[in-house]
Amino acid sequence: MDLAIIVFLLGGLFLGWSLGANDAANVFGTAVGTRMIRFQTAAIVCGIFVILGAVISGAGTTETLGKLGSINALPGAFAACVAAGLAVYLMTKFGLPVSTTQAIVGAIVGWNIYTGSSTNIQVLITITSTWVLCPIIAGLIAMLLFTITKRILRYNTLHILRLDAYTRLLLLLAGAFGAYSLGANNIANVMGVFVPISPFTDINIMNILYLSSTGQLFLLGGIAIAVGVVTYSKKVMLTVGSDLLRLSPVAAFIVVISHSIVLFVFASQGISNFLNSINLPAIPLVPVSSSQAIVGAIIGIGILKGGKEVKWDIASKIALGWIILPIIAALIAFLALFVLQNIFNQTISF
Amino acid sequence: MFGFKTESLFRQTKQLEQEIDQFVDILSEVGLVFKSIVSLYLNNGNADKFDEMVKQVSEMESKADKITKEVERALYEETLIPDARSDVLRLLEHMDELIGMYQGNCYHFSIQKPDFPKEFHEDLISLSDTVVNCVESLCLTVRSFFRDTKSVRDNAHKVTFYEKESDKQFSSFARKIFDSKLSLDQKMHLRYFVEKIDRICDQAEDIADEIQIYTIKRSI
Repeated sequence: MDLAIIVFLLGGLFLGWSLGANDAANVFGTAVGTRMIRFQTAAIVCGIFVILGAVISGAGTTETLGKLGSINALPGAFAACVAAGLAVYLMTKFGLPVSTTQAIVGAIVGWNIYTGSSTNIQVLITITSTWVLCPIIAGLIAMLLFTITKRILRYNTLHILRLDAYTRLLLLLAGAFGAYSLGANNIANVMGVFVPISPFTDINIMNILYLSSTGQLFLLGGIAIAVGVVTYSKKVMLTVGSDLLRLSPVAAFIVVISHSIVLFVFASQGISNFLNSINLPAIPLVPVSSSQAIVGAIIGIGILKGGKEVKWDIASKIALGWIILPIIAALIAFLALFVLQNIFNQTISF
Repeated sequence: MFGFKTESLFRQTKQLEQEIDQFVDILSEVGLVFKSIVSLYLNNGNADKFDEMVKQVSEMESKADKITKEVERALYEETLIPDARSDVLRLLEHMDELIGMYQGNCYHFSIQKPDFPKEFHEDLISLSDTVVNCVESLCLTVRSFFRDTKSVRDNAHKVTFYEKESDKQFSSFARKIFDSKLSLDQKMHLRYFVEKIDRICDQAEDIADEIQIYTIKRSI
């Protein structure tokens, strides 16, 4: 494989690392922040299930992102990824759980503008509307689950220690499910732009192990996310877990499971097909923001508790990051494309 | 799995549950032994049996201390119930103090041998009964804090009821002592004992109040 191809792929891997450091922290942030699960355990489980989710169920959202703007040259994809990754990295530095989804969408739109390609407005509207819908749905699911759980716990006679043990186990399972959903839903952000121009060929080992070129891209991206989780996610985990709202361990479980359900639903080809088969509108398979889902769920519970405990200043800072992030990513993409084209003489589009 | 030892976590949990239950059992039993000690003392019963019972209280106190340390170690080392850990440990410490108060009273009877005239016997036994009932209600409150939080308020209410009863009995008893024809030093001596027994109820009520706060904190 050409060395240049590897270098360009590194852009995607860097974005994957950023996603792991930031978005993946959402999955176990509440559990680690409330000290129910050790960071080390969380990082390992998260890494494994992110990779599985990416490889097994990552195709649906990738297709949607491809429709927004099909970057058709490796240097262009590289610039988009680096721009999105840098933007996320900058925000992560400030401990804000920002969204890789918004960063990559900003970067793709930046590529579209720079190269004069058209942006599919319909897809852009679908994606941005999920930015609004995602935290609302997560919040509503969290409110429902919180109410049900509270009622169940009121009439149970579980010892406080037994409840603690079950909650730990559930947090781990919900985290694994969340990591899987994150991998499935967000791998499009990391590797989506490379799919049309994948440098890999399909691997088939004696008809036992088959891995398509896209699958190989997803595997690489998943590993990059896992590395991000292990190396750089601790700070954001603690921000999510303890700064936004002081969560009890049971509430932490509800937050994670609500977030995971939202991500899973927006990535699940199976659910979408099922709804179609019973003449219901299919769910758009869109890479949604893990951060938005988690914040939505936490605020949902905070509202149920009377709204006094939610630290609205941090919530509003996060919301501000959502607006600034795509703009920063688009600007960096624009700049990176300019540099690649005019200084390094690279073809950024065909 | 991945350093998360599910099986050992549940085994440890079960063991800790048993230890906490045992601790509450000790508090309850110490009260019953204390009641017997007071009754035995007033009736000038068998001195050997009296000493044996005081020793029994002392052994129970040591056992409770050991359990507190073990629970403390497990909760911190295994980072269990991170949100309620400090509350649970404080609760155990305060209950341990209660056991210590029972023990202190037993020792004082054994060492100082207060001379309660016959006409005060019934009052002292009645006060002891109220104190033990108060602590029994506290034990129920503690158990409900761990297992059935919706019953905490009802049980804590009983603790408050017995504490008030004990206060009333103490006041009337102290008045009776000082209205009697005993010498002042004896009056002071008896009052000291009555007051110390009554304080057990005050401590029990403080713990019940704490538990009610912890219960609010325990809500998800």
